[in-house]
Amino acid sequence: MRMAKILEVREENPRIKTLILELGMKAVPGQFAMVWVPGMNEKPFSLSGCVEGKAWVTVAKVGAFSERLHQMKAGEQVGIRGPFGNGFKMKGEKVAVVGGGCGSAPLGFLVDELRKAGKKVDFVVGAKTKGELFFVERARNAGAEVVVCTDDGSDGRKGFTTDALAELLGKEKLDCVYTCGPEMMMKKVVGICGEKGVECQASLERFMKCGFGVCGQCAIDGMLVCRDGPVFDGKKIAKMKEFGSLRRDACGKEMRS
Amino acid sequence: MVELGVELAGVRLSKPLILASGIVGVSAATLKRAAKGGAGAVTMKSIGPEPRSGHPNPTVLEWECGLVNAVGLSNPGMEEGAKDLAAAVKMVKAPVIGSFFAKDVAGFGDVAAKLAEAKPAMLEANLSCPNTMRESGVPFAYEPEHAAEAVKAVKGRVSGIPLIAKLSPNTHLLKEVAKAVEAAGADVINMGNTLGPGMIINLEARKPVLANKAGGVSGPAIRPIAVRCVWDVYEAVKIPVIGTGGVCSGRDALEMMMAGATAVGIGSAVAGGGFKVFGKISKEMEEWMGKNGFSSAKELIGIAHR
Repeated sequence: MRMAKILEVREENPRIKTLILELGMKAVPGQFAMVWVPGMNEKPFSLSGCVEGKAWVTVAKVGAFSERLHQMKAGEQVGIRGPFGNGFKMKGEKVAVVGGGCGSAPLGFLVDELRKAGKKVDFVVGAKTKGELFFVERARNAGAEVVVCTDDGSDGRKGFTTDALAELLGKEKLDCVYTCGPEMMMKKVVGICGEKGVECQASLERFMKCGFGVCGQCAIDGMLVCRDGPVFDGKKIAKMKEFGSLRRDACGKEMRS
Repeated sequence: MVELGVELAGVRLSKPLILASGIVGVSAATLKRAAKGGAGAVTMKSIGPEPRSGHPNPTVLEWECGLVNAVGLSNPGMEEGAKDLAAAVKMVKAPVIGSFFAKDVAGFGDVAAKLAEAKPAMLEANLSCPNTMRESGVPFAYEPEHAAEAVKAVKGRVSGIPLIAKLSPNTHLLKEVAKAVEAAGADVINMGNTLGPGMIINLEARKPVLANKAGGVSGPAIRPIAVRCVWDVYEAVKIPVIGTGGVCSGRDALEMMMAGATAVGIGSAVAGGGFKVFGKISKEMEEWMGKNGFSSAKELIGIAHR
């Protein structure tokens, strides 16, 4: 466990903040770190950036722990274990990145790295409403073509990211599609890519404890999200019976969705 | 050809390596993967009478010589647990061991009876978790009478399925505890659980890192202690012993068998080696045995005592 000082807190939108930590680590987009608030809890977060001795963690306010992270100010410290897991693998030249809701957290980082490597990137980003979008400007500044989708039509096109992706794939041939977001959205993305024969990578989420493949808590079909993932190949995901249908709570009890 | 197969209370293991309880064994699918990785038997995560979410995170930490953990016996309770165990028994080719715990003697009998419905190859009474003492008191395995009572409670409810008693290195009465569980009807002793508990404090945070503050110590750091415990238990009882504690390599496993273990539990080594660690360890065992003129792993059991 390393303690890292918060250098800056950025408000991405009313529900989402990014903590920029003074932390030298080597990580690729899609990898995650366990973030510890001493005396409270520790939870996994995708890294949303990792450059020049700084690591970024982007946090949506969903419960007591994330609320505590949202209250933190520059100069305070959090504990970090990681980076853990396997990130996104760069494939091909023309790619699309599909993000939904808080799932865009690792994708801002991914778009940055893909653009640095000279790839042509379409970033399809969706949220319920305009105020819940984030990393849109970041992706534009990185040089991605951004397609904004909102459920209520308050920004960009009204509708789902998956429809925008299907349209995109109808127009041009892509080498790889990267996705992170609600599981049902990712399931659709994996399905669309499977039909079109386009390679796909998705970042999955399950309740985590150890973070490095010992406790088994984050299992999905015998794979461990923390160690075998969190990024999995679409073909592998398509075979997972539990993907989109079953997850385990902190007790390990199965919950169907 | 070298034969690694052994027998534990009538149950045949193709390899003398057992996935220890609490390591990746939350589902039938992960247990199946451990068996595919080369485990001769697999143990499901300990099941208790009621669902428990366990301790908050951090629950498992790596340190220089192993792990320290206080997961806190998170489990879905015996109703769900029995279903998970039945699924594992159906799905996994290797023998599946159903581990269980309770905070009182009657509870041990109840959970064992429930899990027995799933027809596991063996049951394992976890008498020794060091991480729930605040609520459950001192583990049963610290005192001969307490350990024997729990074993008797299980034996009174379940017959026809061999019972493993999982003991603790954290007692000065180890030989007495071993004899007591044998006399109470245990068929096998698993020696044993994590050491300690221990503690890791982060200097910058000025706080213990585990949410439970203390947690069981495992991994290479505890291997010499585990080997000595297996040695002592082997001398004290006639029933077979599973040697668990810090085994990471073929040489480590062979050492455990020479101390008296019929089979070897593998836990923390999965952190470094993943599911394939079982195959790696058995290959190393075979190589050493071949070079040193042993044709069967059985010849090694307790050889250091002779």
